[in-house]
Amino acid sequence: MAGLPFSQLDGAGHLRHFLTTEGLSRETLTDILDTADSFAAVGKRAIKKVPLLRGKTVVNLFFEPSTRTLTTFELAAKRLSADVMNINLKRSAAVKGESLLDTLHTLEAMHCDMFVIRHASSGAAHFIARNVAPHISVMNGGDGRHAHPSQALIDVYTIRQHKPDFSKLRVAIVGDIAHSRVARSQIRTLRALGVKEVRIVAPRTLLPPMPEALGAKVFLSLEEGLRDVDVVMMLRLQQERIQGPLLPSLHEYNACYGLTEKKLAVAKADAIVMHPGPLNRGVEIDSEVADGPRSVILQQVSHGIAIRMAVMSMILGRRDAAKEPG
Amino acid sequence: MNIDPTETTALLKSLATELRVRLHELARKDPLMIGIHTGGAWVAEYLHQALAIAEPLGVLNINFYRDDFSQSGLHPVVTPSDLPFAIDGRHVVLVDDVLHTGRTIRAALNEIFDYGRPASVLLVALVDRGGRELPVRADVVGRKLSLTPGQQIKLSGPDALCLEFRDC
Repeated sequence: MAGLPFSQLDGAGHLRHFLTTEGLSRETLTDILDTADSFAAVGKRAIKKVPLLRGKTVVNLFFEPSTRTLTTFELAAKRLSADVMNINLKRSAAVKGESLLDTLHTLEAMHCDMFVIRHASSGAAHFIARNVAPHISVMNGGDGRHAHPSQALIDVYTIRQHKPDFSKLRVAIVGDIAHSRVARSQIRTLRALGVKEVRIVAPRTLLPPMPEALGAKVFLSLEEGLRDVDVVMMLRLQQERIQGPLLPSLHEYNACYGLTEKKLAVAKADAIVMHPGPLNRGVEIDSEVADGPRSVILQQVSHGIAIRMAVMSMILGRRDAAKEPG
Repeated sequence: MNIDPTETTALLKSLATELRVRLHELARKDPLMIGIHTGGAWVAEYLHQALAIAEPLGVLNINFYRDDFSQSGLHPVVTPSDLPFAIDGRHVVLVDDVLHTGRTIRAALNEIFDYGRPASVLLVALVDRGGRELPVRADVVGRKLSLTPGQQIKLSGPDALCLEFRDC
């Protein structure tokens, strides 16, 4: 069964964990984006470090391979002056037969403050948040097909830099919606922030069972889906998650849904193109677009650090504040 | 008992005069000016103009350097620090509205040194209300007051700067 209702928020509505964008108010989301703005300025200084989380310990527990998510979480924690441990689960006690909970309890006993979890199973971060000691906060760095909330925030932060008025925006999310945890988090966040129209564009085999339930307009044709949009958010074709004959071939996928400058012509002239990475060049996006003038893909990477700094400091600051009497 | 806008303006004027004299005595040429967000930045804005400082005004928001972060938590910092110049080897004039425990100045100095190594830092405060908890003193002070710990003084602005007192 689903278990007891579990909230990532504390009694006062502040972040206690960061597991999903679901249930986060527009106000909380905007707070995170505003805080990230000031951390972005820190990244441009000679010394890119502030002493906010001095003495705190953040543990990156990555059960799935990752480069940019792991390194940006690590850099974010380091720029906040926290101590960071990256635990490579392939080389840890897990291979000696230790259970996940025993691994967690061992780390808790070392007086860590935050776990960042990346796991192939949906719900892993929730499970861990429910089972950790009260002094630990959990951040979800991506769980199965469920959510990747910090990536969604990075994406809306990037959009806000270019197009601050969300109420007029048309946003198209293109590609492997069915297997994408990023897409789910993106749609929720875009809608919570009042984006005028969210579209999902994909072949029928890569749509989730009830696509309309996500609150987006569904398009099967890339050309129709891209018409007059302000933002194009490409998704990576999750080749490792695709089982069975969902696609005739990568070549055909590229022919129908791969983004090229020519196909992008129907979007607004000042449309921006995003991709959460890593890129499958020549599959979902062609190099001419990925490296072209409308691409903001590398900005997304830089923004990853500021967003993660914002969420980490909001969680760890608040949590201790709640403990202080008075 | 507030210090009304007219009186506050007079206080700012005398502060500017005293600062000019002080910089001259110390032979600190071409100083950079940095105000501490928010009240200090308003005072700095006035002084920056009065002393016709060539370089743009810098603003520090010390929120990330506070020593009470774990007690008060993080509030979104809408105005981040902005120091639009290189600090290395320069004379800095640091401006705050009210000097109290000295903790804000400690935080501000830490942040300044994360931008570079200034040749010197001169501290200017519109009001010194006493109650220091750290070995910090201002070089130039507009007015010295002895307030009890329960009393509060706050600069309101940015138009028509006014010092407001409150008992709590």
